[in-house]
Amino acid sequence: MPLRLAFAVGFLALALLAALQPWLRFVLTLALATGLAVLGIMMLLRAGQVSFGHALYVAVGAYTIAFARPQLDDVLLLLAAAVLAAVVAGILVGLFVSRYRDIFFGMLNLAFSMVVYSLLEKLYWLTRGTDGIRVARPRLFGVALEGARYEWALFALALVCVAIAAALVARYLRAPAGEALSALKTRETRLEFAGVSARRVLFQAYVVSAGLAGLGGGITALATLHVTPLLVYWTHSGELVFVAILGGTANVLGPFLGAVVFELVRVHAAAAFPDAWQMILGLVLLGIVLLAARGLVGLLEELGRWWGRRV
Amino acid sequence: MVGETRVSSPLLEARGLVLAFGGVRAADGIDLDVNEGEILAIIGPNGAGKTTFLNMVTGYLRPQAGSIRFRGREITGLTPRRIVRLGIARSFQIPQLFTEHTVLENLALQLAAREGFWAPFAPLLSRARSERALALLERFGLGELASVRADALDEGARKLVDVAMATALAPRLLLMDEPTSGVAASEKHAIMDRLVSALRREGVTAVFVEHDMEVVARHADRVAVWSNGKILAQGPPATVLADPAVHREVLGVEVAPC
Repeated sequence: MPLRLAFAVGFLALALLAALQPWLRFVLTLALATGLAVLGIMMLLRAGQVSFGHALYVAVGAYTIAFARPQLDDVLLLLAAAVLAAVVAGILVGLFVSRYRDIFFGMLNLAFSMVVYSLLEKLYWLTRGTDGIRVARPRLFGVALEGARYEWALFALALVCVAIAAALVARYLRAPAGEALSALKTRETRLEFAGVSARRVLFQAYVVSAGLAGLGGGITALATLHVTPLLVYWTHSGELVFVAILGGTANVLGPFLGAVVFELVRVHAAAAFPDAWQMILGLVLLGIVLLAARGLVGLLEELGRWWGRRV
Repeated sequence: MVGETRVSSPLLEARGLVLAFGGVRAADGIDLDVNEGEILAIIGPNGAGKTTFLNMVTGYLRPQAGSIRFRGREITGLTPRRIVRLGIARSFQIPQLFTEHTVLENLALQLAAREGFWAPFAPLLSRARSERALALLERFGLGELASVRADALDEGARKLVDVAMATALAPRLLLMDEPTSGVAASEKHAIMDRLVSALRREGVTAVFVEHDMEVVARHADRVAVWSNGKILAQGPPATVLADPAVHREVLGVEVAPC
């Protein structure tokens, strides 16, 4: 199966990069975490719905770890708590936003995320405001890891999470409720006239997407060991949508391809052109939208076909 | 033959349906029974309220007055989703297809809607479901189009896929809004023959809106004539289509079919 092969090659390439350039381990772990959140965004994009507030669930995952860390000293338990909290938040908000479509869906998500942003910023006694909360480095399987070994462990854990999440989401997207996402985009009423609740189709995907963003947020918090309200600021939500479009929605590889390319372009552009890196990111997206509307994954498929014709 | 010796109550009973859009009365006191196993044609000029009637029965529009009973149960005001689960499916005048999916997937989504829709990891195109979807398509002569994306079909094929999708829901009552408009004239009768014989074989009751009087005369057990939100006449095609008043109203200046 080519998709599995693409993931295997991608994982090897990332591991190689991380081994050759130790400072990239951290960057790539963050990229994988972003990719998990974007995987959820991609599910919603299939239904034609753009959430401009999904950083909310990234922050819920990250802050859950920050709040739970004093009581919990285990990476896996902390991640499980992050996902659980994000799923609960996704259910609460999803019950409401799954009634809405298009611009209303996008803006309501934005509104919820900005409410949480102000709460995190203002409730200083609980969240330490814009200073954020430091997270003490937790143990993994009871072992306290230091420096590079912790980074490696987290990087490997992120790869495992990505592999599992991508495999499960890929299967879900081929199941009726997953296929119905794009059916919701093209003919929502026909779904209702077949006896299917379009709202439930969107709601289920929304809760899954919240859980994935929570997992991404959890990994981010464990990598940076510091959470701030910036995690839920609207620009971060926008960034997730940006990466989703950059990577493409054709399959589950897109979000991760998009996230890795995004982070690598960002760190290199920021190092080379400290004042213009945002412009470079903008030009990259402009190029993708104009020249490869199906994103990097679409570009990759085109290349594969071109290569197939030549061989 | 139809309607004289009625033992049980009709499958569908509409009583006093009223629905006005602004000043236009699209339904102005509609009373209609549809009996188990019959095939009823609805005819009438554009704007007479034929589609409005289908929209009220399927729950897309709510009548301002009156009631609709299906198998003795009040269904007025229920959502389309509830009504289809009770056994009323419909096809559309303008085909409503999932345009990013293939024809086979369009059918499979309908089949899945009846069972197994929420199984999170079982594929839509499971072998059993694909085979059933393909069998349905072949009944409509659409087997060759199974792997074509729905947005690449021509108008006639789109129409047939739309009807096939409604039948995939295995309804007790099937409502079709101009099932063969847009289909090439040469294929029209062959398609209706296949469709109607399949419906009769499976004991599905059907109501279809139709403009082609030949199709009506050949396939309907009974005809109801719509005019300005009212039913002008109803009865066997031979009687109704010979009625001069019906000619004036429905066919206008057109020449009557033999």
